[in-house]
Amino acid sequence: MFSLKINGKVQQVDVEPETPLLWVLRDTLGLTGTKFGCGVAACGACTVHLNGMPMRSCITPISVVGDYEIVTIEGLGATQLHRVQQAWIEHQVPQCGYCQSGMIMAVAGLLQQKSNPSDAQINESITNICRCGTYPRIRKAIRSLADQMKGA
Amino acid sequence: MKKSRRRFLIAGALFGGAAYFGYQFLSKRDRLAKPASFKLNEKELALNGWFKIAPDNSVTVMVPRQEMGQGVYTALAMLVAEELDADWSKVKVEQAPVDKMYANITMLTDGLPFDEHDKSYAAAVARRVGYSLGDTLGVQATGGSTSVRDGWESMRVAGASAREMLIAAAARQWQVSASECTARNSVVLHQASAKQATYGELASAAAQLPVPTQPKLKDPKNYVLIGKTQRRLDIPEKVTGAAQFGMDVRVPVVVYAAITQCPVFGGMLKSFDETKIKSMPGVKRVVSLPNAVAVVADSYWRAKTALAALPIVWDEGANATLSSSQISEQFTRDMESGKAGSYREEGDVIAELGRAAKVIEAQYHVPFLAHATMEPINCTARVANGGCEVWVSNQAPSLVQWIAGKTAGIETEKVIVHTPYLGGGFGRRSEMDVVVQAVTIAKELNGTAVKLVWSREEDMQHDMYRPAAMAKFRAALDGEGKPTAWWNRIVGPSVTLSFMERIVPWAASDLMQDKTNAEGAADLPYEIPNLKVEHVLSRTPIPVGFWRSVGHSYNGFFKESFIDELAHAAGKDPYEFRRNLLAKHPRHRKVLETVAEKADWGKPLEKGAGRGIALHESFHSIVAQVADVAVTNDGEVQVKRVVCVIDCGQTVNPDTIIAQMESGIIFGLSAALFGEITIKDGRVEQGNFPSYDMVRLAETPHIEVHIVASDYPMGGVGEPGTPPIAPAVTNAIFAATGKRIRQLPIRAEALKA
Repeated sequence: MFSLKINGKVQQVDVEPETPLLWVLRDTLGLTGTKFGCGVAACGACTVHLNGMPMRSCITPISVVGDYEIVTIEGLGATQLHRVQQAWIEHQVPQCGYCQSGMIMAVAGLLQQKSNPSDAQINESITNICRCGTYPRIRKAIRSLADQMKGA
Repeated sequence: MKKSRRRFLIAGALFGGAAYFGYQFLSKRDRLAKPASFKLNEKELALNGWFKIAPDNSVTVMVPRQEMGQGVYTALAMLVAEELDADWSKVKVEQAPVDKMYANITMLTDGLPFDEHDKSYAAAVARRVGYSLGDTLGVQATGGSTSVRDGWESMRVAGASAREMLIAAAARQWQVSASECTARNSVVLHQASAKQATYGELASAAAQLPVPTQPKLKDPKNYVLIGKTQRRLDIPEKVTGAAQFGMDVRVPVVVYAAITQCPVFGGMLKSFDETKIKSMPGVKRVVSLPNAVAVVADSYWRAKTALAALPIVWDEGANATLSSSQISEQFTRDMESGKAGSYREEGDVIAELGRAAKVIEAQYHVPFLAHATMEPINCTARVANGGCEVWVSNQAPSLVQWIAGKTAGIETEKVIVHTPYLGGGFGRRSEMDVVVQAVTIAKELNGTAVKLVWSREEDMQHDMYRPAAMAKFRAALDGEGKPTAWWNRIVGPSVTLSFMERIVPWAASDLMQDKTNAEGAADLPYEIPNLKVEHVLSRTPIPVGFWRSVGHSYNGFFKESFIDELAHAAGKDPYEFRRNLLAKHPRHRKVLETVAEKADWGKPLEKGAGRGIALHESFHSIVAQVADVAVTNDGEVQVKRVVCVIDCGQTVNPDTIIAQMESGIIFGLSAALFGEITIKDGRVEQGNFPSYDMVRLAETPHIEVHIVASDYPMGGVGEPGTPPIAPAVTNAIFAATGKRIRQLPIRAEALKA
């Protein structure tokens, strides 16, 4: 039995210790906003925050999560849309949308650490795959968020 | 490997054949049928089969095409809302049920592999078979960049017809003439008396009135939605994680299945040792399929873990030694001595090549490619009480219904198909493999629903691939460097035949040619007096399928590379060279001229950089792209900027056109830079994204898209952005380095300084 702090709530789950966080979120807890894409941490569709840091949940065994605060896409904008989500609407980013939960979590994590990242820093941090190729809009949305911070 | 050469196919004509008969059939059918088979929630009313009105004055458009990122939910809703004069802020969408009234007639028409006036015996047979098939399946499907083109007429008419009914209902209620009433934002107004009523209030009275079948459509200059960018209706729920994909479907009492298929194409399951995993946590059943084995458990992770521990013996069959190099050798043999089917012939190419001042020759090769949709392949199914319910992200609900029914052993009508959002389609989700598997497993589970999820590795190794293909060209240049002859022979498998053999093997036959083999090659726009385009069918055991832009995906690369080679051989600028061959193609010429202007064609670039151009028509849209690339000393290619111009005729949602161009460019760029599925020992060597990589943010060029204002009939936008990008990039590499890329993907080793 594991006790997890997810989106501000404590939840108990009874699964094998090696079960990836991804599948606990999706199948055990019904939080299907976090996506399965590759299972090998290559695509980033499963990105969630552990203590504010973007992590790929498909290779994170539940046994190592411990006391970390887990935030998923459902928790990110629970009270009001997170500014990354707002920028995603503003720039009409998503197409099929399947990768976007992970993409938004990755970008929210990056901007939390670096409010005005350079293009090189963006390229280095955001390595998620979007098969629809929404990257040009993702870059525009990130730049607009960074510019907002500069202006603030 | 040695295949018989007897096969040409009727198969390609099947969906096409359905068009010929099917269109006449369907156009006579009442496409304005009053409440169709869809479910009306409490107090909702339908005036026809295309939308519902609720008392709160909201309008829910029933969209019979599938949303896979291409923006079709929004664009199709716009068509209804425009002519209905609906309040756009209160428009919602719902996936329509499976019903013959929603058949995609444009996809059928576009699929015609022969002229529709062809009176040959082969065409007649194809049409007859196609008619019965089209009638059986209804062909409610999404593909071929047809959705908006197909909905253009029927969905606008549905909106206009209902608008007339609502106005008539108001006029009757107010005892005034309908001609004195107007409608705007879901409200009918009688100016003189200042009376007004909402659509929600009028719907039930309107529903009693006759349905106008030929309503008056708006003059395009009065459009308030069509041609003006509207925000996509699906985006808000796609940023919160609330959007439901097939993978996210949650059905009460569900078990999970993981599957592994024989790694060798055509191989079968021989045996497995269930005792080894029986006591593992959560394991419920092991189900054997002809070429696969599935473990059913109470969670996906437990099913997958147990499957990995299951000892399985395969009968690898006849293809266990097949390799990519064997397939290439076969293509090379067939290039020289295979039986070629002609797709276009004008003048006398052979004679002209014989007497030409200069003959240029080149050969190109592209590999198999996987679709790799972001959402791995999955399907949830339940077989209970003589019925069957299927939840699956798919591009062809009518096929799902038919195949699921066949698999479950029940009538088609007893199958309920749910189509949530697709996490990418690109053609992969018109395949029915996962539906057959899920329903087969569900049959053994006494009414419990099963969610079958493939791993990424299963997806990569059991796709229906974009065919590998080879092309050879010979062209003649006259003394002034003008091409006087163009010979193009393409070699490769047929997508349509492969697809038909999977779906309707009884109908796959050898009478007709598959149009997709030579699409983008046979319709060469360049004006050259002697032309010959042919294709040699070269079958392999690798299943091939529809992959974004299909035949155009390779023929675009082949032909736009070779025309560039001719320009170079003639000592001409590649843009001017193309332009001079388009005297009778003003539409193509305008797109080409626009891209040259927008991309600063002719202006110098920094050292080590190059600029390349490509022009390609597909799915009735014309696209030109210019790529600026830099090549490092290590041979690494950096695509810096892509300028794209499209003429797709009448536009509906311009920002979606731009998004689809961006998307098509990135998709094609991934293939050009990284995409390659190789075969060894009868199986696919790649397994996951690390070995089948794609463009990410770091490799994404700056992309600019321009839409040419155009009065031409509407073209598609989902696919036409893909074909030109590979040749635009390789032509730019040639400009930068003098090295001609004739094989994809582009390899750094070939470009090292």
